[in-house]
Amino acid sequence: MTLRIARVLPALLALVSAFATIALGLWICGGSVGSTFSALLLGAVGDTYRITETAVKTCPLLYTGLAVMLALHAGVWNIGAEGQFLLGALATAWVGQYTTALAPVIAIPIICSAALGAGLFWASCALILKKKRGVNEVISTIMLNFIAANLVSYCVHGPLMETQGQYPQTDLLPTTARLPRLLPPTRLHLGVPLALLAALAVWFFLFRTKAGFRLRASGANPTAARFAGIHVDQEMSVAFLLSGALAGLAGGIEVSGITQRVYERFSSGYGYTAIAVALVGQRSPLGVVFAAVFFGALEAGAGSLQREAGVSSVLVSVMQATMVLFLAAYSTDTMQRWWRGRMKSDISS
Amino acid sequence: MDILASLLTNSSSLLHATLIAATPLLLAALGETLVERAGVINIGLEGILLIGAFAGMVGSYFTGSPFIGLLLGAAAGVLLALLFASLTVGLGADQVVVGISINLLAAGLTGVLYRGIFGVTGQALIVKTFSPLSLPLLSSLPFFGSALFQHTLLVYFALLAVPLCGIVLFHTRAGLQLQAVGEHPHAAETLGVSVRWVRTLTLGIEGLLGGLAGSYLSLAYSNTFIEGMSAGRGFIALAIVIFGRWKPIGVLYGALFFGAATALQFQLQALGSTIPYQFVLMLPYGLTLLALALSGIRIMAPLALGQPYQRE
Repeated sequence: MTLRIARVLPALLALVSAFATIALGLWICGGSVGSTFSALLLGAVGDTYRITETAVKTCPLLYTGLAVMLALHAGVWNIGAEGQFLLGALATAWVGQYTTALAPVIAIPIICSAALGAGLFWASCALILKKKRGVNEVISTIMLNFIAANLVSYCVHGPLMETQGQYPQTDLLPTTARLPRLLPPTRLHLGVPLALLAALAVWFFLFRTKAGFRLRASGANPTAARFAGIHVDQEMSVAFLLSGALAGLAGGIEVSGITQRVYERFSSGYGYTAIAVALVGQRSPLGVVFAAVFFGALEAGAGSLQREAGVSSVLVSVMQATMVLFLAAYSTDTMQRWWRGRMKSDISS
Repeated sequence: MDILASLLTNSSSLLHATLIAATPLLLAALGETLVERAGVINIGLEGILLIGAFAGMVGSYFTGSPFIGLLLGAAAGVLLALLFASLTVGLGADQVVVGISINLLAAGLTGVLYRGIFGVTGQALIVKTFSPLSLPLLSSLPFFGSALFQHTLLVYFALLAVPLCGIVLFHTRAGLQLQAVGEHPHAAETLGVSVRWVRTLTLGIEGLLGGLAGSYLSLAYSNTFIEGMSAGRGFIALAIVIFGRWKPIGVLYGALFFGAATALQFQLQALGSTIPYQFVLMLPYGLTLLALALSGIRIMAPLALGQPYQRE
């Protein structure tokens, strides 16, 4: 239990610190703190429809957050979730067009596999560069993210442009390839419960299987793992590829469940927010679920900020960034030592 | 062939456009070179550029003087870099995490402040910018005189910063200490060099150069601020540093190369080329990957790059 508190506490403290900082900033700039936060809260959970919207916004963040977390457990950074997400979305929009004659039971697994495959492929580009040429994966995935964004732009202007040829976007997916909506008229779709299932699956894999143990051991202490006969490099590769596949799936589900097409600037930085989700979730699947819901609620509430409080919706990005910065600070050894010292002196005095 | 021929006849204006596009990349990449030589990798460079662009615009808008804008932009860059420094160098937080958050923070903060101060009019604010400075005699040289010597102040400054960084880095005591900090921080500390101080100071310099580069975007490259206007230049600068093998002169070549790619993109579009512009936009990133793949870069990087330093 103590271990769990030690993991939850920094995240909660970071949350409080971030909100306090934002409130202070708003107050100094002469904004209304109360109306801003209430607009955000009501926008996220004000009524049933908004709650489902929060769930909808949570969905891609949960898949990508799990993806980043999985790689992190093996000690690798997957900064490339953004690019993998885009490739997954693109593959779904492309393959989906050929599924008109199929039943949804067949079509949906096909497009999901396409998304998984595309994400895996994009991650493997970075992996091959790392393995064969020693290229740092942080740098290569950042480059691949930009290449993916331009690739999407090219495809929606060129080969995958809608048949009317009016806007830079792909055709709508045929109904057979769309994930069923669970509570019409809300946008809640089957991908949301599947995301929770994915979290459960990742938890089971990491904490209840031998393969998951080897993966975590490689990340926690590579030297010890090597002595125990674990092929650390191989474990890292597997984790990185799985991570890419999961991020690709996120893109596919977003297309199939919500947008039903791909357009320019398709991702609003989900892959980067995913890094924040994985960190705030303290690398635990359950933690990532909570973090994804929280960040999803922020995204869902962002729309009301402009309308209700007259504050730009990008304030949400500031909140997310501030929270991660506080958490990064609180999680350092320096701060941990300082805290422990504080607690000891409290006891002794 | 027609396109090639007209590019050749336009080579003077192409060179001019190359220098203009290369300048922000050069300034940012020089700062990052110093920082990485000291063992820190700052992915937050993109955010530093963005906040520099915003602060530069604000300064010029409210005072009518691009110089004050430039100062404000540089100051904003330094502040953001020092935030990065206090977390990574001061507390030893993960450089990747903090860098990415800094980018997110800058994107959000500039967006909130821009809409907070200027409202959502949908109209771009035009601010007073730097005008080109023709160097006497040199700018009237035939062929490339006007292409090379008819630029805004920051272009000359960026070009001068290259040898300056080279001299400081390789021929001064401070530069050698900086390199020692990036290669063997523990050894450097034993010799009485404060790793924290050197890294913090270097990050401050990066913030200054990055802030200038950002201001250049809103005060010389264009005449306004647009949300997200740094448009990945901070990341290209990261790539240029590796491309240039952590040497100022290599960084100059890299910046010119990517500047030329940008300039070429506009020229090709204007000339009605059939190459999709997205592929030209991809070029810097693709070439970086290629360059990284072709050279044994791992050996060239500072040994302690990206590793937090803890005093023992």
